[in-house]
Amino acid sequence: MYRKKVMTTLAAAATLGMLLGGCANQAAAPGGSTSEGAAGAVNIPALTSVETPKDAVLPAGDGKANCPATTTLAYVGAETGANAQLGINIFNGVQLAINEHNAANPGCQVQFKKFDTEGDPNKATGPVTQATKEEGIIGVVGLPFSGESKSTGNIFEQVKLVHITPAATNPALTDNGWTTFFRGLGNDAVQGPAAAKFITGKLQAKKVYIVQDDSEYGIGLGKTTSDGLGSALIGTDKVTTGQKDFSATISKIMNSKADAVFYSGYYAEGAPFDQQLVAKGYTGTFVGPDGLKDDQFIKQAGDASSNSYFTCPCIPGELIPSFEKAYKSLANMEPGTYSIEGYDAATVLLSGIDAGNQDRPSLLKWVKSYDKDGLSKHYKWNDKGELQAPTVYGYKVENGKIVPIGAIGE
Amino acid sequence: MLPTILLAAPVSNDWITLDFPSLAQNFWSATFDGLTFGSIYALVALGYTLVYGVLNLINFAHSEVFIMGCYGVWFTLSFLGFGPSAPNLDIGQIIVNLLLAFIVAIAASALTAFLLERLAYKPLRKRNAPRLVFLITAIGASFTIQYLIFIWRGPVPEQALTMFKPTPIFDVFGTIIYSDQLIIVCAAVIMMVVTDLFISKSRTGRGIRAVAQDPDTATLMGVNKERIIITTFVIGGILAGAAALFYVMKIPSGVVYNGGFILGIKAFAAAVLGGIGNVRGALLGGLLLGLIGNYGQILLGNSQWTDVVAFMVLVLVLLFRPEGILGTSLGRSKA
Repeated sequence: MYRKKVMTTLAAAATLGMLLGGCANQAAAPGGSTSEGAAGAVNIPALTSVETPKDAVLPAGDGKANCPATTTLAYVGAETGANAQLGINIFNGVQLAINEHNAANPGCQVQFKKFDTEGDPNKATGPVTQATKEEGIIGVVGLPFSGESKSTGNIFEQVKLVHITPAATNPALTDNGWTTFFRGLGNDAVQGPAAAKFITGKLQAKKVYIVQDDSEYGIGLGKTTSDGLGSALIGTDKVTTGQKDFSATISKIMNSKADAVFYSGYYAEGAPFDQQLVAKGYTGTFVGPDGLKDDQFIKQAGDASSNSYFTCPCIPGELIPSFEKAYKSLANMEPGTYSIEGYDAATVLLSGIDAGNQDRPSLLKWVKSYDKDGLSKHYKWNDKGELQAPTVYGYKVENGKIVPIGAIGE
Repeated sequence: MLPTILLAAPVSNDWITLDFPSLAQNFWSATFDGLTFGSIYALVALGYTLVYGVLNLINFAHSEVFIMGCYGVWFTLSFLGFGPSAPNLDIGQIIVNLLLAFIVAIAASALTAFLLERLAYKPLRKRNAPRLVFLITAIGASFTIQYLIFIWRGPVPEQALTMFKPTPIFDVFGTIIYSDQLIIVCAAVIMMVVTDLFISKSRTGRGIRAVAQDPDTATLMGVNKERIIITTFVIGGILAGAAALFYVMKIPSGVVYNGGFILGIKAFAAAVLGGIGNVRGALLGGLLLGLIGNYGQILLGNSQWTDVVAFMVLVLVLLFRPEGILGTSLGRSKA
């Protein structure tokens, strides 16, 4: 009983002491561990327009195309599910291209069909098989995600149906020996080095810390970015999907006096990470890949997100006035991430149909040897199905919105 | 396929490295961060421990009692007009806001705990259901509440709302202590001391200990067992509500339907580590788990190991002290 009393008294005294100490020292100046980020001072203005290639191929063509009434293009990908928004961005782009084509070509009315995968690798095989069985479908835009692309590539391959993904960025997808898979944007092996160049170049960071999550995407991108950073890389730490408290990693970063942090992963962890980092007095720059480039990032990181930049192999379609206007009147919203990639991919297929390639084998051949400008970039694939000159764009957070700042990594 | 293997290689190459210089460099900040989160674990752990002490039931739905507190905090902040940016308020206003959020949080959590007891466990007790049925009901209740929240609020975490920007208070061994850390640790310690005093000194506390020790005899001695049980649940709920406020202060984006799950498991582990059924054990276990997790992560440079280290320590401790560090009994009062 006596011992108990002593313990409680001690505990109470200790608590009181801590409280008093806390109040008495409130005015004390912060110590030496706040980092002075040189990069934080760099201000890259937001882009207001992007240059489009002068003779970009447009879906309308010359208006003299003829094709059978059964000619169909398909979108296979998420229409519903947790990641539906990305799919909606894409198929609206495809729909816009087909509308423009059909309006200009009375002799060739291409039909459009959509197949919903919910973005789930386990559910994707059904809709893909269904699409491949429809004779009229001679070209596909999709699938948007890496996981579902991986699980369905063989089905397309068996029936030699050409498909262009407007969003899947896992580099290994083109190592499967598929001849029908084409990637309409840069992969993560391109994004990593571009991000590294962006951080040390435009953002002028001298000491970069990389934090990666445990996903295939995060690990792969973390590796290619580290390689690109060279001696500017001063430390690496790994976090886990679903992690909420990042204090250990953050304490390391603060001690390392890093002036830029690259977070290789998705916004679910990236957003609280950035928020906790800034709460600990970090004043440098925060950079993330396309997995972070989402309005949810700003919502969850709050004010902290104002230190953030993103890299993305996607082109800001909202800055191409003609495209923005047409898209808005079709979808009643601004073009989103990968809308223009969907539009361009459909245009590649439509121009093939207009040129007389109106069955699966000849349309596949058309895409293989395609070498023209699209609205967003130049489209020419190597024999594996990778773009030969992909573009990576930089974005930043400005007044609570994600805005493009121009092409990076050149 | 080769590039995939190459990409995976760096992970498997240095799959374990011990970074002692880094631990030495970050020791104090890791300690303070560990204590901050340890206090939150400890508050939640108390809820597990109290209910276990009285009912011999592992109340798996306690993590949902906690997350309801988080929603209580979130709605209060949202009602008070807080946004993602911390407004410039003076200390008085901050304290008023904190108190308001605190009251709503403990009310939400205590109410959830109360309803949980009344709707899920009491009917089972009336029918003298076997213990296993209680356990399954607890798991079922946990999922039920989780998915009710899911249907209500959706899969996306709530918008982050911040009450105040943590300010540096003072410097210990070259490490800055921030105001939020100080508030959390101090308030948590006060709450735990009060709980401990309540259990050991008050009449109701004596009742709780009596029921924990021998429910039948306690009933014969005139203790109202049902009232004691409901009180225990409500106390656990109040502490979880306090933990919820501190958690949302540290992690504003943590308010999501399944946000309590991992924290619940850690708090339960903390309760077991300290000795389940033991109030001071929960405190000790929570703080230890917070510290070990943080040290482990810095030492191994990889948070995939945090939980491995924490649970390895748990297994080691239980190997030598199967009853936990301070022993298990609430009724026999070993502390």
